[in-house]
Formats: sequence, structure tokens, C-alpha cells
Amino acid sequence: MTKLTSLSPSTLSRRGFIVGTSAIGVGLSVGVLSGCKDTSAPKDPKVDYSNLPPNPEVNAWVHIHHDDTVTVRIARSEMGQGTSTGLAQLVAEELDCDWEKVKMEFPTPGENLKRDRVWKDYSTGGSQGLRGSQQYVREGGAAARQMLIGAAAAKWDVPAEECTTDQGMIFHKASGNKINYGAMAEAANKIEPPSEVTLKEAKDWKIIGQPKLRLDTAEKLTGALKYGQDVELDGMLMASVKACPILGGKLKSYDASAVDTRKGVKKVMQLGDNAVVVVADSWWTANKALEEMPIEWDAGEFAEYSTADIDKLLDDGIQGESMPGNVKGDAEAALAGAEQIVEASYNFPSLNHACMEPMNATALWTEDSCEVWCPTQNGESVLSAIAPVSGHDISKCDVHKTILGGGFGRKGMPDYAVQAVMIAKEMPGTPVKLMWSREEDMRQGFFHPITKAKMRGGLDADGNITGLDIKISGQSILAALMPQFLEQMGGVDLFTFQGLIAPGTNPRAEDQTLKYTFPALKFHHAMKNPPIRPGFWRGVNLNQNAIYLDCFLDEMAHAAGRDPLEFRLAYLKDSPKMAAVLQAVADKGGWGSKDGRHRGLACIYGFGSYVAACADVSVSDNGKLKINKITAATDCGHAANPQQIEAQVEGSFVYGLSAMMFQEINYENGRPVQENFDSFPSMRIADMPEVETIVMPSGDFWGGVGEPTIAVAAPAVLNAIFAATGKRARQLPLKDQNLRG
Amino acid sequence: MIELNVNGKTVKYDGDEDKPLLWAIREDLGMTGTKYGCGISQCGACTIHIDGQAVRSCTYPVGALEGSEKITTIEGLSEDGSHPVQQAWAELDVPQCGFCQPGMIMAVSALLKENPGATDEDIDATITNICRCGTFARVRKGIHLAKKKL
Repeated sequence: MTKLTSLSPSTLSRRGFIVGTSAIGVGLSVGVLSGCKDTSAPKDPKVDYSNLPPNPEVNAWVHIHHDDTVTVRIARSEMGQGTSTGLAQLVAEELDCDWEKVKMEFPTPGENLKRDRVWKDYSTGGSQGLRGSQQYVREGGAAARQMLIGAAAAKWDVPAEECTTDQGMIFHKASGNKINYGAMAEAANKIEPPSEVTLKEAKDWKIIGQPKLRLDTAEKLTGALKYGQDVELDGMLMASVKACPILGGKLKSYDASAVDTRKGVKKVMQLGDNAVVVVADSWWTANKALEEMPIEWDAGEFAEYSTADIDKLLDDGIQGESMPGNVKGDAEAALAGAEQIVEASYNFPSLNHACMEPMNATALWTEDSCEVWCPTQNGESVLSAIAPVSGHDISKCDVHKTILGGGFGRKGMPDYAVQAVMIAKEMPGTPVKLMWSREEDMRQGFFHPITKAKMRGGLDADGNITGLDIKISGQSILAALMPQFLEQMGGVDLFTFQGLIAPGTNPRAEDQTLKYTFPALKFHHAMKNPPIRPGFWRGVNLNQNAIYLDCFLDEMAHAAGRDPLEFRLAYLKDSPKMAAVLQAVADKGGWGSKDGRHRGLACIYGFGSYVAACADVSVSDNGKLKINKITAATDCGHAANPQQIEAQVEGSFVYGLSAMMFQEINYENGRPVQENFDSFPSMRIADMPEVETIVMPSGDFWGGVGEPTIAVAAPAVLNAIFAATGKRARQLPLKDQNLRG
Repeated sequence: MIELNVNGKTVKYDGDEDKPLLWAIREDLGMTGTKYGCGISQCGACTIHIDGQAVRSCTYPVGALEGSEKITTIEGLSEDGSHPVQQAWAELDVPQCGFCQPGMIMAVSALLKENPGATDEDIDATITNICRCGTFARVRKGIHLAKKKL
């Protein structure tokens, strides 16, 4: 038996920490947004179920219709990562219902507040969707099952413990009674919820671990699914916004008269101290007017700022003082006593998330209330951000989450929803849909932190590591977005060391620790923050740290004259799980074959999972890269839905390799140079390597899936490029570089 | 006033002739399956068919149409999601976030209409839609599966 942790206060995740600031326990009444249509056939064709009054819920997670359709309520957002289907599987497993009759929906953050946060954390980031909620959603499903059994046992006047369930039916063998869940749902609602439930053992799972198809695919194939961009409300107007594109700049002046008499233009207004908005009856009209309206910016102190300034800042960091993140032994002495010193410098540029669906939010403000419809990774953070802007008590506000057209961390920030409310407040009673242009989306990002690193490693006469020094210079996300958390950690941003952290350093960083064991090491950070807004970009700091660590280990292996696989495994003796995924990709990826192909390896532990990749590449005579195949392995402990994990792994390579090959945000005159997909390209199908995914759940923990694999994409390929060319590619993105040059 | 043939129906459009077809479809005709992703014909989220050809509607002004063209959007590709490409996509669970998929499906269905035996090389040369979730491996499998269903 496990005590229901769902009744205890929720612990905030790393992302939750940023945004979990909502007042708790404030009531308001709101509707529920359905994510799926009801496709299940009624049980009895003679009964018109639609005329029956709806059943009350069994509990917060489970609603069962008369026709046995089970609606599972999911707090976490769905942005393509499959969390909603995975969480529904977890609930359905413990509920013991018929998976074919399961659908899901999102309760609003307002409803969550009203019910003392019964659904807990809405934050959907840090690959926490499943691992951060698996315990309480399974308990929710188990509790609902127990209540259904209780209701049936009372009806039959038999002991509840003699009843069993299967596929949405309750059975009592001795009496021969059986009944469907839908018939007991109303009575179950009146049963006292259990204080303890027993969760199934993994060996008994029938729905968890199965490669179930997603619950939301059908509507994605016909254009029927409504994203934030597609929200339509009666009398709605469209808005486009342009904020000062120059870092830290303000709005100086704008000439509304140039456009405000145009057909369709309804309003031209200033937003805060740095932006202009046009509201019209069509978004195209609004955006065109905005583009053509004379606007002057007050450039401010960064008017001349460029990427060269950032380079200098980061180079100063490499030369200057630093803060320790993970120190073991005396790395300096170990290096001093080494037979051979290996040195290398790598960089990782600033990146935009470039979600397919640009930022947007629809707001309706009245004298009494404020409602927002938007794609968001954290409905609660949007709610807590819009309430003060609306001027209403939080109990008068709510947020209706839509499915996201990509999130990748960007849609964890509530800025665009706040803008929508600011606009709607000027137009009481009129719903306003604010959509950012792609250019606005590119300019006003929360960019992947920009860093450089210098690595030094010592090898003894036998080619063994004596010590390792990794000095990272660059941006801290916490310094910009969570300064209070940074202060708690004594000014050291521990998360800049993601994947490099010593176990036992901080309970919140245990899922991001170093799995290699080195005799001596010094990992340190020179915090250098350029005036660019950093953010959580899928994979976060694991992306650059996997390159810094794993490309450098590859360099050391070659300097030592050792096989890169054998070299890594020698330092993974304390982490059999890490060694297992690395060995798996080496075996399946053809590592060591004398077939004339060029391969590279990488592995890392992050977001609670062990991941590895083996890349097979070709480099043409004129230095152009072709990635032929990537073999990837993931040990995420329990694999709730293997086919969705495969999809996440495949997609991770597109996200990670698009960045490695093509992407950077540069600055000239204080403005981002890249403003659309022409200058910030993303992989097309022709660039996509074959990906073979090995899902190898070792079964005794819950690890994340959406992010860790991205981090091994680039280092595996960079190491393979060296195998092909004998030259190291250390500057990202690779773009126009001649890799043989 | 222009008469347009969209998904087999004649509709009247009396808006700005400079307006790209994307916005006429989304806002004037109220069909939101066709998505805005970039506005410069880069990403393909806005792909529709004009007389069976894949066209990026975000840069195609309504005024460039003569009115006789047959325009098909994702809503009109099939009545019930039964086009072979949609069926293949459902079987393989191709979409992740799904935002690019209406455009992807329109691009692929146009390719297979023109070239029912499309090879990997044909796919690489023709399908240039961006998918940030990275569904390309399943898109490729889906195209080959759809070929068998044509």
C-alpha cells in the first residue's frame, strides 16, 4: 500500500520554481477544454446516452460517461511530446479500464486553484511531464478504481476485497455479478476516497509500456485541431505587435496617422514603453499596417552592440575568475604531473526556439473578468502573470490551454499572454487575438544561453586521465530569470553544470549528474551575461556541456592512442547503466567495423535518463557533411510508451542537429541578424539521417525523454566528423565551414 | 469581388486583392487548418493545392488568381480523413505537435498525385517543409506507406 501522495503538497519542479508563484486556494468556476472528440460507440444501441444527465466525476483524474468513455484529466501541456497520451496510459492502467474508450482533456488552471491544486503542477518542462507526475496520476487512477469497486460491492452487498476488475468491468466471482464502470460512476462519486491505494507492480502492467497510438492524432490530420493560432471567438479582432528590436531599447515615437484610417484597422496603440500594436479585423491587415507605420526607436546603451562584443565578453571569462561547480581532488596538480596535456576550446551559440507556431494569445477582458486562450507550457504561470495586469483578482481570471504548435521551453514564458491582456484591456468586451509574426518571434526570444569552454586534460604515460579541467564562460539562465534561486545557491548557477554535477550536490540536480569517474577534476564557470534574454531551450545546458565533455573526451582518447569506446568505458565503471547505453549504440551502430565508415560516439546523463548515440557520417572532398545514420539508445527506467519515445528520440536529432549545422542568433547594432527561417534554417527531410532507436528501460526509475537525447546529437556527429577528416570541428554552427579546410 | 473555387465550392471574396491566400482562407473563409509559420514561403505550413499543385499560400496574393482555379485546403483533401496520406499518417502516428502536418500532408499528397512512385530522392528534392518536432523519419515511412494505398 502506498499513502496517497496526491493529497500532500506538491513539490515544485525546477521550471515550477520560476513560475509556480500563483496564489493557492483561490476559487473560481470555469469550464474544461476538451482535447479529443468522443469517438466511442454507445454500449447499448437502444439507449440514447446523450439524453442522460452526465455522471459526476469519480475523482479529479477520472470521469466516466454512461457509455464507459473514460475522460482522463491532464494538467501538463501537450506540445507534441506525447505526455498527455502517456499520462492517460498511467491513469488507465491503474483504473483498469478499456484503453479504446479513453480520451483526455485539460482542466483549466483556474479550476485547479479552485480545487486546492488537486492536479498539482501545470509546468511542462524539464522532461518532467511523466516522471514528475507518474506517482500521483497512477494513484488517482487506482483510487478511482477502488471507489468504483466500493460502489459495486455496496450494490451487491458483498465485500469489496472479493471484487475484481478488468477492461472497465467489475466482477464478483462468487455471486456471478458483473457490471460496467459507466453504470457505477455516479455511485462511485459518493464513495469516500481511499486514504491508501496499492499500485500495480510493473510486471502486471497492460497499458503502460505498450506502444499505444496517440489520443490526439486524428484531428491533426484533417486541420480540425485548434491551436492557439486558430482560436475564434465572436466579434474577435486581430493584433500584431512590434517591440523594439534593439537590445534594451525603447519606443521613441510612432506615426499612427499613417495607417489608422486604413480599411480594417481598428486601433493603433503603444504597449508598455517599448512596443507598438495594431489591431484590425484581419491579422494580415494589422501586420501590414505595423510594418508600414513609421516607428522610431530609442536605441539606448546597446545601439552598437554586436556578436564581437559577446565574443570578447566570453573570452574575458575564459581568461578571468570563475566559480567552482564540481571539484574533485587537485586537478591543477594532476595536470602539472601529466605526461601529456590536451587542450581544446569549443563554443555554443545563442539560439531561438523557433516553434512552428509563433507566439500568440487571445484575451477577452471585461469589467468583471479576464480570460486567455493560448498555447502555453504552464497554464498556471500564465494565470499568475495575467491576473495583476488585468487588474482583477486572480479568481476572476482564467486560462484556456490549447494544444501547442511546438514549445521547446519558449512557451513556458507568459510574456505574449500578458501582452494580449494589455491590449484586450483597452478594448473591453472585445476578444483580441494577438499573433506574433515570425520575425517578432525570432527577435523577442528567450535564447539558448551562449557559452564558450576551454578544456584541459592530463594523460599519464599509459594514456590514462590524470585530471580534467573544464572552464565554461558565459550566460546564466538563472541570473536572468530566477535571481532569487541563484542567490539561494550562493551566486553559483549550478544548472550551468547540467550533466557535469557531482552526485549529492543538490537534491534538485540529482537528475543532471556526471556519470564518469575521473581521478581529479575541476569544472568551473565564469558567469558572463551579455544583454540577451536567455531561456530554457529544449535540453537547456546539457546541450553544450555534452559537447564540451564528450567531444573533449574523444580528443583525449585519440591523444592517448586509445579506442574512444574503450576509453569512455574505462571511466564509466561506476555507472553500469551509462556504460550499457553506450555499449548498445556501439554494438548496433557498427562501432569498430572495418567497413570504411566514419563513426562517432557520445553519451550523457540528463533529465534522469541515460542516453547515447553513435553517428555515421561522410564528409565530401570539398568538406560538406552528410549524416548517414544515427543509432541512439535511451534508458529512461520505465518506458511508458516505446513508440512515442522513439518519436522523441528521432525528433531530438532534428532539433539538435539543426542547431549544430545551421543555427545561430548573431547581433549587429544591438539587433538580432536572423529574423526568419531563411537566415535561421532548420533541417529538411533531405538532411535527415536514418535513426535507429534502442529503448532499453532498466525498470527501476522514471527518467525524462523529451530532452536528453538532443544533447548527444551534436557531439556524436562532431566526433564522427573527426573520424572522417582527422580535423576537429569546434565552432558551431558548422554551416559554411569546409570541414576538411 | 472575386469568385473562388475552394474545396469544390464557389465562394465570394471581396477583400484586399493583395492579401495572401493563406489569410483569405483562414480569416475570410474561416478554415484554420492551413497554418501561418513564416510568411515567406520557407516553412510550408501554409501549403495548399491550386489545380493539384502544392503552393505556399502565405505569399500567393488572392489577386493572382483568375477564379477558375481549383483550390484545395487540408479540410478538402478528403471528407473524412481517408486520403491515403492521412491514413498512412494515422497508422504510423506521424504527427508530434502536428502544427506543420496539414502543410506536410498537402505537399506529400501533391507529390504522390504527380509521382505515385516517388523515390527517396524524389522525396528529398520535393518535400522541403520544416517540422521542428522532427517527424521526418516517420514522414518518409508514411510516404512509402501511402504509395501502397493509392
